[in-house]
Amino acid sequence: MKMTRPGKMISMVLGSLFKKPLTTKYPYVKSKPIEGSRGKLKFYPEKCIGCKLCMKDCPTKAITIRDTGDKRFEAEIDLGKCIYCGQCVDSCLKKALAITDEFELAELDPKKLRVIFHAKPKEDTKEQT
Amino acid sequence: MHDNMEIPVGPQHPALKEPASFRLSLSGEKIMQASVRLGYNHRGIEKACEERTYIQDLYLIERICGICSHAHSTAFAQAVEEIAGVNLPKRAAYIRTLVGELERIHSHLLWLGVAGHEIGFDTLLMYTWADREIVMDILANVTGNRVNYGINSLGGVRRDISPEQVRQIAKAMDALEERTKYYIELASVETTLINRLSGVGVMSKKDVLRLGTVGPTARASGVARDVRKDDPYAAYAEINFNVVTDNHNDIYGRTIVRLGELMESFNIIRQVIKNLPDGPIAVKVARKIPSGEAVSRYEAPRGEDLHYVKANGTESPERVKVRAPTLANIQSVAFMLEDRYLADMPIVVAAIDPCFSCTDRSIAIKDAEGKGKKKKIVDWESLRLHGIEWYSKQGIDFTALNKRFKR
Repeated sequence: MKMTRPGKMISMVLGSLFKKPLTTKYPYVKSKPIEGSRGKLKFYPEKCIGCKLCMKDCPTKAITIRDTGDKRFEAEIDLGKCIYCGQCVDSCLKKALAITDEFELAELDPKKLRVIFHAKPKEDTKEQT
Repeated sequence: MHDNMEIPVGPQHPALKEPASFRLSLSGEKIMQASVRLGYNHRGIEKACEERTYIQDLYLIERICGICSHAHSTAFAQAVEEIAGVNLPKRAAYIRTLVGELERIHSHLLWLGVAGHEIGFDTLLMYTWADREIVMDILANVTGNRVNYGINSLGGVRRDISPEQVRQIAKAMDALEERTKYYIELASVETTLINRLSGVGVMSKKDVLRLGTVGPTARASGVARDVRKDDPYAAYAEINFNVVTDNHNDIYGRTIVRLGELMESFNIIRQVIKNLPDGPIAVKVARKIPSGEAVSRYEAPRGEDLHYVKANGTESPERVKVRAPTLANIQSVAFMLEDRYLADMPIVVAAIDPCFSCTDRSIAIKDAEGKGKKKKIVDWESLRLHGIEWYSKQGIDFTALNKRFKR
């Protein structure tokens, strides 16, 4: 066996000694999500008309839209079930759903994974105050 | 002369991080006979597809494989579009091609690293996986996810590509091409790599044709079999590229083929971003697909991927059948193992770039009421009850556990 180009090898070895590692110290150094990547959902209750197309199209049934009376809707999203595909955002006709790039969503308590976006407050109560 | 010794390898992660079981009959250190057992990762995806709508299926089908997810979702979308009689917009076809080739790059770089790891060349693993991050970042930027991209929709794609992204892709391709040239040079001069891979896992052209091998495994034995050329889909009919073949017939040949395909992928992506047509990225497809059936083929990084969809006029398919490339290649693994040393087994298995969980589709029941007296067909509920009974006989009671986890 012949050793191919030992000179190149030495320069690579020496170079590696002074190179910075390619990895980052993630939890200590904040990592920015890549632009355009999909994370936690956002719900705009004032835009929702309650057609429930998002519920119908969700592959994992992670989203639930509930009528709280007076055509005001709240959304419950199970982050444990959500696969962050963003199909509900595409299905929504009124753009009441949006996707953010928030990705640090791990929780120790499974109950905290159920995120509820409350309906907007009643308009008549607003007028009274 | 004593009898052959039988040893089981697997099902707990033999060679790679997936469950498959190999039963090897050894004479000394030589494998006399090898048989492959699959089915440890059967997830019932085909059946689950029948209970969901086409839109939901697209995301489920994508999760057949984490590495070649775009292959599966495109093959499924193509079949459904054919039944619905939808013409794919040109821009959508080009974006599908682009993502498909980016996926091929990341898959082949991943394979190169795994192959290096299996032969004890971990430096190669570190190098290729570091380079793979370049293409993973591009995929996350273009599609929204690093894996399971979710770029396909029925009738097109879901995201458009901006000129800024095109510039980034072009830049990344230059960087990756330089690295790939380095790996090609490495594969031609590095004696440890050549000596370890040459003459291992040999399959002649005749055997490839006999066993129906697909993908780079077939192309390394001089069979120019590539769906992108044979039955062009997406935008491949308008793109100039070569089908890379090699005549080494062994794992070294497969390495060369995959490295050559990386270079072809850079070439294809450059053509795609140069000729990206204007226009819409998707057309509307009705939720109800008219009845009909279609077969769709796709050249996944591992070989030909085949999907069959039968529609019955409702919102869900009546039948979906998936044949992942590994299923076509698995018999050649058993063939390649025979008459070889046991130490070659990990790299021979890894060389087809297997994906066992993609492969585990269905179970065929042979001879259910025939000679095998113990075999019988049971339905799901009685199987469940049998399981509970069997465990309670062993002294394990699940009632308390079931109550605890009941929602």
